Amino acid sequence: MTAALTRAWEGVRWYLREFTGEARWDDYLAHCAEHGHAPMSRYEFERQRTDAAERNPGARCC
Amino acid sequence: MRSVLIWGAVAVVGAICWGVLAIARGETISALWLLFAALCSYAIGYRFYSRFITYKVLRADANRATPAERLENGVDFDVTDRRVLFGHHFAAIAGAGPLVGPVLAAQMGYLPGTIWIVVGVIFAGAVQDLTVMFFSMRRNGKSLGQMIREEIGLVGGVAALIAVFAIMIIILAVLALIVVNALAESPWGVWSIGLTIPIALFMGVYLRRLRPGRVLEATGIGVALLLLAIVSGGWIEDSSLGDALTLSKEWLVLALVVYGFVASVLPVWLLLTPRDYLSTFMKIGVIVLLAISLIVARPVLQAEAVTDFAREGTGPVFAGSLFPFVFITIACGALSGFHALISSGTTPKMLAKEGQVRLIGYGGMLMESFVAVSALIAACVIDQGLYFAMNSPAGATGGTVESAAAFVQGLGFDTSAQDLAAASAAVQEDTLISRTGGAPALAVGLAQVFSQAFGGGGQAFWYHFAIMFEALFILTAVDAGTRVGRFMLQDTVGNVWKKFGDLSWRPGNIMASAVVVGLWGSVLYIGVTDPLGGVNQLFPLFGIANQLLAAIALTLCTVLLVKHGKLRYAWVTAIPLAWDLVVTMTASWQKVFSGDPRVGYFTQAQVYRDAQNAGEVLAPATDQGQMDQVIFNSTLNGILQAIFALLTLVVAAHAAVVIMRAIRAGGLPTTEEPAVPSKLVEPAGLFPTAEEKRAIAEHERLVGAGSGRSEAEEQ
Repeated sequence: MTAALTRAWEGVRWYLREFTGEARWDDYLAHCAEHGHAPMSRYEFERQRTDAAERNPGARCC
Repeated sequence: MRSVLIWGAVAVVGAICWGVLAIARGETISALWLLFAALCSYAIGYRFYSRFITYKVLRADANRATPAERLENGVDFDVTDRRVLFGHHFAAIAGAGPLVGPVLAAQMGYLPGTIWIVVGVIFAGAVQDLTVMFFSMRRNGKSLGQMIREEIGLVGGVAALIAVFAIMIIILAVLALIVVNALAESPWGVWSIGLTIPIALFMGVYLRRLRPGRVLEATGIGVALLLLAIVSGGWIEDSSLGDALTLSKEWLVLALVVYGFVASVLPVWLLLTPRDYLSTFMKIGVIVLLAISLIVARPVLQAEAVTDFAREGTGPVFAGSLFPFVFITIACGALSGFHALISSGTTPKMLAKEGQVRLIGYGGMLMESFVAVSALIAACVIDQGLYFAMNSPAGATGGTVESAAAFVQGLGFDTSAQDLAAASAAVQEDTLISRTGGAPALAVGLAQVFSQAFGGGGQAFWYHFAIMFEALFILTAVDAGTRVGRFMLQDTVGNVWKKFGDLSWRPGNIMASAVVVGLWGSVLYIGVTDPLGGVNQLFPLFGIANQLLAAIALTLCTVLLVKHGKLRYAWVTAIPLAWDLVVTMTASWQKVFSGDPRVGYFTQAQVYRDAQNAGEVLAPATDQGQMDQVIFNSTLNGILQAIFALLTLVVAAHAAVVIMRAIRAGGLPTTEEPAVPSKLVEPAGLFPTAEEKRAIAEHERLVGAGSGRSEAEEQ
């Protein structure tokens, strides 16, 4: 029972982090670790991501 | 064998639900019949028809790499988990349209609307979304306009571009009009919606400076503040601030225009992105809440199955007969051209596997349709006298509870002035009479369903909660739409004036934003001050525009099917296209040429012009100035209507030429990208099949741990 709840909670957390893009930072850290780069700061990273969104606004429908 | 039994059972349950709806006459029936009729139909449509389209007609290929896989750059081309992408896509297509359209269409009864929402989505709306997404995916995520230019030709492309831009302006104006009607003279609403701006700004700064990237934290705080903003509206209303926040429609227009302009030139991280998080979470939360509440509350339908207005076309909410106007008014819940803009471009660049277009394109649209059915139910469970008192223009209701009660009694409802006064008191609004646009009526319906489901009253809270949630995502659509419109304008003008097309050139941004905001702002102002009622006059224009855009998208899909040598399957998009063209062209014809002054814009203008020449003032206009206004507005609406229809016909005619050429040649070359073998192992549907599970396990064994990018939480 507890195991099932934990799994469900992990699933929800995973979904929300993916959905909001928070998980991109983890991916980036993993990527850097794999290739031996020194990662940039979180501030720098998120800044680049939001600035990319500037040129690419998702249209919202009616 | 098991699957035959399950699907047989789904079919039987669906058939029983539809049967109950069809034979119910006179007695009241539960709204759940409607809900389950829809759900069973969706399940069957998804299981059988969408599979046929995806694998037989389009031939989605699991071994062919998607643009996200081939061109992955972590920015726009980004392999995304199908469930996450479903959420993103749904959040992008769902908006106020499927909520307010069905509410207005409820004047014809619950049956015509429901049938069109369900049948329309299965055979037209979801097919369009799926097919456009597939073709765009095969072309590296090209936009609808680009595909039309390249696959049909320059003339069709230019016509489509103008149509898309013009339609967008109308859509923004009508959405803004709905917000204005919901917030006018409502200090509680203005207070809570106004507070969303500082809340979003705070979240923006939080995400940029304080805790970069912690979106969930920021959104959690934002939602909590938002709920506080709704609750606190009740305290504000009776305070001295209440009067200051009681804004007229004209002031609200000004506020919205200024807001829209500022929002579209500010950096996205400051306002647009955080507001988008808020509205997305609110949207999904409310939809889930509504589905649960409907099942818990099991409300009874108050509306008739088919009202007299459907037969006679004399309804006060919008003019015109069932055919074609129910199909126009429902708009987004059954078939929405606007979705074609979202299904091409952003989403196809993120698909991991070709077959996922079925889940995301078709499935996403089914979900939107479900929202529309829920909204229709909410409008049909409230007292129908109240429904008509709220949704008929002030010219008809007279604006007071007494005159409105007399009006709805004239329509055959036994709703008294006391009932109407009690209804507005229950939600703590000064008045609910002629609060047109659909949003207030929906909010009353939602408040009723929620308080019934959760007990303990709280109607006023739920009403303003619903208003807030609708206004919030309409404003998000206005922000984003203005920005997209600005980009389109800069891109187009950039062809002749290079500098203007440079998105980093500040004066260009400001000029383009001002043009876009100016355009929708003027249409909005016209709608707000229209003596005949802006929603009554403009909503058909919005509905027809949206359906015409769908006609353009379905035309493109049909052309592509024929060009790809799939003539024998072209009916999949050609039938909904033919239906959509018949509906939109009939509606356009009636709006332009009808001799009935309540339907035809030009006849309307003529009637008022004649009266003016005779020195009379025709109700609901009260003076010559308003007469001038009616004449000007009706003429303008008529011209816009004619232009939209002509642009669509130009695209269709050009497409017909291309189709004939392609039929004769047995297919024509297209701009489809050549196939590249895929290395990704991802399931196509929501749940992986046994075969896919084996493939994933095999892949992980070969490549080693850590490569199972998204399947970590799946056993």
